[in-house]
Amino acid sequence: MSSGPATLRMPLPGLLGRALAGGRGHGRGGLPLVERNARAYRHLWILLVAGTLEPLFYLLSVRIGLGALVGPVTGPGGRPVGYTEFVAPALLATSSMNGAVYDSTFSVFHKLKYAKVYDAALATPLGPGDVALGEITWALSRGLLYAVTFLLVLAALGLIHSAWLLVAVPASVLIGFAFAGVGMAATTYMRSWKDFDFVILATLPMFLFSTTFYPLSVYPRGLQIVVECTPLYQAVTLLRGFSLGVVGPAMLGSVAYLAVLGLAGVYVASRRIRRLLLK
Amino acid sequence: MGGAEILVRARGLTKRFGDFHAVVGIDFSISRGEAFGFLGPNGAGKSSTMRMIGCVSPPTSGELTILGLNPVTDGPAIRARLGVVPQENTLDLELTVRENLLVYGRYFGLPRAVIRERSAMLLDFVQLSDRAGDQVEPLSGGMKRRLVIARSLINEPDILLLDEPTTGLDPQARHIVWDRLFRLKQRGVTLILTTHYMDEAEQLCDRLVVMDGGRIAAEGSPRALIQRYSTPEVLELRFDPGDHEQAAEKLRGLPAERLEVLADRVLIYITNGDEALAAVRGLGLEPLTSLVRRSTLEDVFLQLTGRHLDD
Repeated sequence: MSSGPATLRMPLPGLLGRALAGGRGHGRGGLPLVERNARAYRHLWILLVAGTLEPLFYLLSVRIGLGALVGPVTGPGGRPVGYTEFVAPALLATSSMNGAVYDSTFSVFHKLKYAKVYDAALATPLGPGDVALGEITWALSRGLLYAVTFLLVLAALGLIHSAWLLVAVPASVLIGFAFAGVGMAATTYMRSWKDFDFVILATLPMFLFSTTFYPLSVYPRGLQIVVECTPLYQAVTLLRGFSLGVVGPAMLGSVAYLAVLGLAGVYVASRRIRRLLLK
Repeated sequence: MGGAEILVRARGLTKRFGDFHAVVGIDFSISRGEAFGFLGPNGAGKSSTMRMIGCVSPPTSGELTILGLNPVTDGPAIRARLGVVPQENTLDLELTVRENLLVYGRYFGLPRAVIRERSAMLLDFVQLSDRAGDQVEPLSGGMKRRLVIARSLINEPDILLLDEPTTGLDPQARHIVWDRLFRLKQRGVTLILTTHYMDEAEQLCDRLVVMDGGRIAAEGSPRALIQRYSTPEVLELRFDPGDHEQAAEKLRGLPAERLEVLADRVLIYITNGDEALAAVRGLGLEPLTSLVRRSTLEDVFLQLTGRHLDD
């Protein structure tokens, strides 16, 4: 077993095993499907590059444009921070979300309904749990690639102030896992491409309002609670804390929230694939 | 069936989808090295039976044993030893011809070196070596079908499941597929296939069951079924549409085993077709066309169900 993908499967292996109950084939998890996607993407590598560039474009626009107009804002722990430093981790969180959601919704729907990729895979020893785990592992592998590139650029721009930022890499993978899980589970309920408007309806407001561009304190308390319940807020809080070196036990709550979301997604997705394809 | 090892055994096998009874308590056994067919029209329950054998559809009730294992609890272990050619091609259009085999082999957990070696042999076997690096989409229907067959053999399966292997192919492409399947049969691969083409069943199957409405109507070798349910010869007559009914009425007087009056033809089941044709002329009838032929599985099906296979 190669070590790379095995580390991706490390988080909570016991719980993951339970989430996939009965859906496992040979116990190799979703690795064969990850390999399939990697091969398919060799023909579409330009899309990978474009995905990597997305958060960088955001970052540059903030750095060059907005950052010059907006002064320091109140960061975690009440400390003032530069605007680019404040927004950068939120952009990374958003990119992790977008990449994972894209891979687990549009791409999965196509393979599920039209390309019949899973019908082919389920005729082999692979089970529905392997399919769910494979797609989600693939989605968060991409998240990993985006996160590493983004951090390298942050370093190049001199925006790294804390060694905690390194923890942002596994945190991005966790964020990818959470959104890919939910995305894939939701996709198994989609009836046609029209239903994908709901994906935009869920992700776009989260991107705009989950404290991406300003601190939570601008909202009245009632609205603060609503925002705090969104997964992207939890993701932003986590990455912002690590990137600014303001780390506290409250972040464990965010980690748990995202982990539960991802596990629930894997569980629902693998059960739904069984219902849809193994009739 | 002698003492041959039984690979698939079903007793009272049943599949329901809500209120719809797709397969209603069927019994069959398939031995190693056999080419076994499920013959029947669309909706007879053939594909549902195939999916249950392929462990991608749990039986509603009854008993099903594949390679001595239970498909509900040992699905992955059974599927590891099956080759599947589904009704729809399910090829991966985002991959090349060769990659389709490589990735599929990885689904079985085979080492890359083994898959590479087998892919080269299999592409040669299905005459696609020169297309190995090409995309799948531009391949012809027959080529895609052959690629699916190559893919199904990547794990060197004990049993090959073929769901309507040549439906939708032109005659030439069908013959190439039949030729490859016949070679596999000669090598001792156990074939299980569904078809609604009687010529396909006659060419490939050692033994078959005729299915209709989720039930097995008859079982045996193609020759035994024809002997049991039909006459050696069939005389097909076509009359002017205006005279059709009247002529059919007169023909009932013939000493034939059986008479089928279809919308456009009359079929007379008889031992000697030429003598029957003479007798028809003796009745003063002059058909527009007449054909004496041997009985086929189509006639067996008509006798058993009163309908045609492609209805």
